[in-house]
Amino acid sequence: MANKTAYERVKAARRPDKITTAQLIHGLTSEFFEQHGDRLEADDQAIIGGIGLLNDKPITVVGIQKGTDTDENIARHFGSPTPEGYRKALRLMKQAEKFHRPILALVNTPGAWPDVESEYHGQGSAVAQNIIQGMQLRVPYVTIIVGEGGSGGALALSCGDRVFMFEDSIYSVLSPEGYASIMWKDSSKVQEAAEELKLTPEALLKDGIIDKIIHEYKPGDDLSSLRDFLDQEFSTLAKLPIDELVERRNQRYRNF
Amino acid sequence: MLRSRFNMPSHEELVKRMDAIPDHVLRECPICHSTFFSLRAGSSKTCPNCGYGFRITAKRRAKITFDSFKEIDAQMTVPKQYTDEKYVAKVKKAKKVTGINESVLTGIGTLGQQQVGVGIMDPFFVMGSLGSATGEKITRLFEEATRKKLPVVMFTASGGARMQEGIHSLMQMAKVSGAVEEHSRAGLFYVVVLCDPTTGGVTASFAMQGDVILAEPHALVGFAGRRVIEQTIMQKPPKDFQSAETVMKHGFIDAIVPRKEMNQTLTRLISLHTKENVYGK
Ligand SMILES: [Zn+2]
Repeated sequence: MANKTAYERVKAARRPDKITTAQLIHGLTSEFFEQHGDRLEADDQAIIGGIGLLNDKPITVVGIQKGTDTDENIARHFGSPTPEGYRKALRLMKQAEKFHRPILALVNTPGAWPDVESEYHGQGSAVAQNIIQGMQLRVPYVTIIVGEGGSGGALALSCGDRVFMFEDSIYSVLSPEGYASIMWKDSSKVQEAAEELKLTPEALLKDGIIDKIIHEYKPGDDLSSLRDFLDQEFSTLAKLPIDELVERRNQRYRNF
Repeated sequence: MLRSRFNMPSHEELVKRMDAIPDHVLRECPICHSTFFSLRAGSSKTCPNCGYGFRITAKRRAKITFDSFKEIDAQMTVPKQYTDEKYVAKVKKAKKVTGINESVLTGIGTLGQQQVGVGIMDPFFVMGSLGSATGEKITRLFEEATRKKLPVVMFTASGGARMQEGIHSLMQMAKVSGAVEEHSRAGLFYVVVLCDPTTGGVTASFAMQGDVILAEPHALVGFAGRRVIEQTIMQKPPKDFQSAETVMKHGFIDAIVPRKEMNQTLTRLISLHTKENVYGK
């Protein structure tokens, strides 16, 4: 809610009992067929992707999944995708384009996975490709930031026609901890950092970074209202001539 | 040639994987080594313990996978220019064992209400190797599917290129790939099912070109054979380095599907890609 402080919102976005990307996919689509692998070197479990039916129409879903227990957290490295994960997502998004399926991206990540292997494998390049190629995709492309939207690792799946945020979510250039450490060399000043980053959905909506705030859904909630909302969005976007859709999308980011 | 560089399974191993064994005979799974009466493998010829799908003929696979199937190019076979006695005899025997005239069975099948182009390689026809006529049949299948706007379902099982047909075998990889690309550009869906074994030149071409790539459990999937690797660079590969499960972990397979669920999974995938009810319409 709007009366939470920015830091309370950070904590709410990170709550372990938040609805997960997998639960959202399950509740929003039927016949979901998960696809694995980047066709290069690995299958990053931080990214879940596949084809499903949204109100009986095919869409491609790519999402970042955090773990719900220690084992899953290790397998999915806490929802921080590796370059292989971003490449899997892009592969599926390009495939969506081939078959004229709209794309739904679900984002919940502290950021791209920061380790040596990921650097060797081109983390920067992978994110860059998702951004440049994502912006040119000739199908409707909608993102929901579910929990954490951590920097470039989140932007890699948020370059579409519409970006929405759940009430208890955040989206920022850097984590509040990172910001505090860089700005004040004091990572304990997280609360001040959260305020300065203007990372709440309300602040971002006001700034035109996002298009709408979606009320929070909990695990087990009926998602039919969200499903119908997305159905409506995809239908509206799909009515635009495709060149105009891509042009508008590029304008959307040109304005910042 | 690619096939000659690939490590063929031993004769005993092939016998173990054969499907032409009477039902009352005990057989051993080449993967988990459990033994059971053949009857228990059922019509899908699957290990009751680990789910490994035994090697089966293309004709049997057509029967257990599709709701209907009508063969095309049935008469196409090895070109007359290949007169080597041993090769001719091998092909003659292969025709008898498999009931088809080349290492791939092609046709138009149905999955539910949906028509699909179908290619099924036969591991018992000269190891499912890629002969000139094999490549020609697969190419024509894709061309026909493109004309009729049909998706293609391809089951691969192959030792790779066919050394007896030399460079012409190698050229099939390029010829088929061209037809796959044209089919893809027409916006049509291509799903591959990697079966035991998919190796060499087949892996290096149309087996890895699907929009969606499935595999049967524990199928051997690779390019260079174990012995080639061991003898060429003196490296000993790990035990399961070319199992479908390992290959999936490395990013090349979308899903592993037990044979018993194949019809259902393919039907679902085809329907996801051919729905009339779509955004923008
Ligand atoms: Zn077994």
